Amino acid sequence: MSDTSVKAATTEMPGAWQSLWRSLKRVLREPLGALGLVLVVFVIVSAVGADLFAPFEPNKIDIRAKLQPPSAEHLLGTDQLGRDIFSRVLIGGQIALKVSLVSIGLALVIGLTLGLIAGFGPRWLDNALMLLFDSVRSFPTVMFALAVVTLFGPSLTTVMIVVVITQIPIYGRMVRSQTLALRDAEFILAERALGAGFFRIIGMHILPNVVGPLLILASMDIPFVITIEAGLSFLGMGVRPPTPSWGTILNDGYSYIYNTPWPVIAGGIPVILTTLGFTFLGESLRDVFDPRLRKEI
Amino acid sequence: MWLYFLKRILLGILIVVVAVSLLYSMIHMVPGDPVKTILGPRASPELQAQIREKMGLNDPLPVQIVKFIGRVATGDLGEDVFKRKSVNTIVFEQLPHTIYLVLAGIGWAMLVGIPLGCLSAIYRNSMIDRFAGILSVSCIAIPTFVVALYSVLLFAVTLKWLPAIGAGDGGFGSYISHLILPAFAVGLGWVGYLARLVRASMLEVMSENHVRTARAFGLPEKTIVFKYVLRLAILPTITLIGMGIGILLSSAVFTEIVFARPGIGRLIYDAVTSRNYPVVMGSVLVTTILFVVSTTIADLINALVDPRVRTEG
Repeated sequence: MSDTSVKAATTEMPGAWQSLWRSLKRVLREPLGALGLVLVVFVIVSAVGADLFAPFEPNKIDIRAKLQPPSAEHLLGTDQLGRDIFSRVLIGGQIALKVSLVSIGLALVIGLTLGLIAGFGPRWLDNALMLLFDSVRSFPTVMFALAVVTLFGPSLTTVMIVVVITQIPIYGRMVRSQTLALRDAEFILAERALGAGFFRIIGMHILPNVVGPLLILASMDIPFVITIEAGLSFLGMGVRPPTPSWGTILNDGYSYIYNTPWPVIAGGIPVILTTLGFTFLGESLRDVFDPRLRKEI
Repeated sequence: MWLYFLKRILLGILIVVVAVSLLYSMIHMVPGDPVKTILGPRASPELQAQIREKMGLNDPLPVQIVKFIGRVATGDLGEDVFKRKSVNTIVFEQLPHTIYLVLAGIGWAMLVGIPLGCLSAIYRNSMIDRFAGILSVSCIAIPTFVVALYSVLLFAVTLKWLPAIGAGDGGFGSYISHLILPAFAVGLGWVGYLARLVRASMLEVMSENHVRTARAFGLPEKTIVFKYVLRLAILPTITLIGMGIGILLSSAVFTEIVFARPGIGRLIYDAVTSRNYPVVMGSVLVTTILFVVSTTIADLINALVDPRVRTEG
């Protein structure tokens, strides 16, 4: 039994890759999808290689060179402490991506588990989980974030806690509705009649059907998480200084906006490029892979 | 129908109760004694005991939650121990500013977004449609606080057209001029949401039978669009706005801070920075209730208009 399934999987692989490649080409054919992909690759490369690309140490203070406009030496100018903004933007991007990946990953795992429990479990558990999800979603995100910051103090961990808690209901709901739709499908009843266990049904049938849309949803959430991280850091409730973040660069720059516009411009552009890039890419991925999702958003 | 209404309202109340309990137990599960936070570390044990008794902290947590919900239900949000003022007064002093901001933001967004969506739907797949599509996605993707910062930079610092800080000196004209930039920042994303939604729902309505019949009767396109299509297509926007109160309030927080405007967002922000628990609780609660009430109303309107919703259970 296990032998044949392994064989089936290996023979299927090239086909799967081929269809993935074909879908990718469809994304690239759309101008917005291509632009999104370019922006996302650009952001990821600059974040991964931030330590290599950064011309200065991001926290190196040089008071004599404070609030300089862009120059050959400081590509995006310097801030009020004379730190090189270009280097800070690069490292800030690294932090923003790290936060989004870790917290969305965590939320996916927990949301998937809770969604499966809600879909398969008894009715009362399902209702209880749904009520909990609705209640968590009933706090406006930023208000909820502020309440959590009051309790735990501002830090990167707090930002991640907020993201995980607010995203779990979204993923959980989606997994639940897909599970409910599949649970009583005929092919699953047949499989059950053949004696398939709970985990086989989940692993072989439910997960493959759920994972695709879930990943698309998650990729469309990256801009949201980046906004939350930058936003909370802008409010002084996320990343602690001197660690660079796009939000803190904007916050520092805003205090000196009447002296020089460059820090605000330099802090805002990466946020805009990243959110636009991920949104464009996410939308065309969704249109190519799963047009049904369009209605839900 | 009445059964659905009753069920939906009960669910709304239940959600508020669970949300309040979550918030309350969260605040009280945190390490550290709230009494010590309020009074400072050097307060005498007698005073601490007195305040603890007054705040009802000696009861077990479920009892505290029930008592708290009871107080909230009668409209009492507690007392700000720092200022010795009731949280109700503080919150309801600030709330109108936020409501004006949100209304102004959503108002201009409707004035621009709905016609934009209409145009896209009428000239589907044309250059206008493509351009409107890109514009909408971009409006949605760019965070409010970045829009706010850039608009301060452009219109207040560089061009000096509009004031950037505060809510004016009390005069009506000055209040309005101080409202323009914040409302722009709050509304921009909504231009995108509304344009997309109106486009999608207009395309859906346009493919329906009664529109085809109207065409077959030779009615002018203008009559068809305004009289038959738009009237139906506008309905989902009510739900969207109802659901969107949470997003609106969140963007109001950022906008109020960037523009140093009074309002509920500013209030929460200040309360968080000074760790003023009662005010944080009170204002988060009020916004949550506002959110739940508006989603419930949106659902009810939807059910009233579209009978299919009611039977879904």
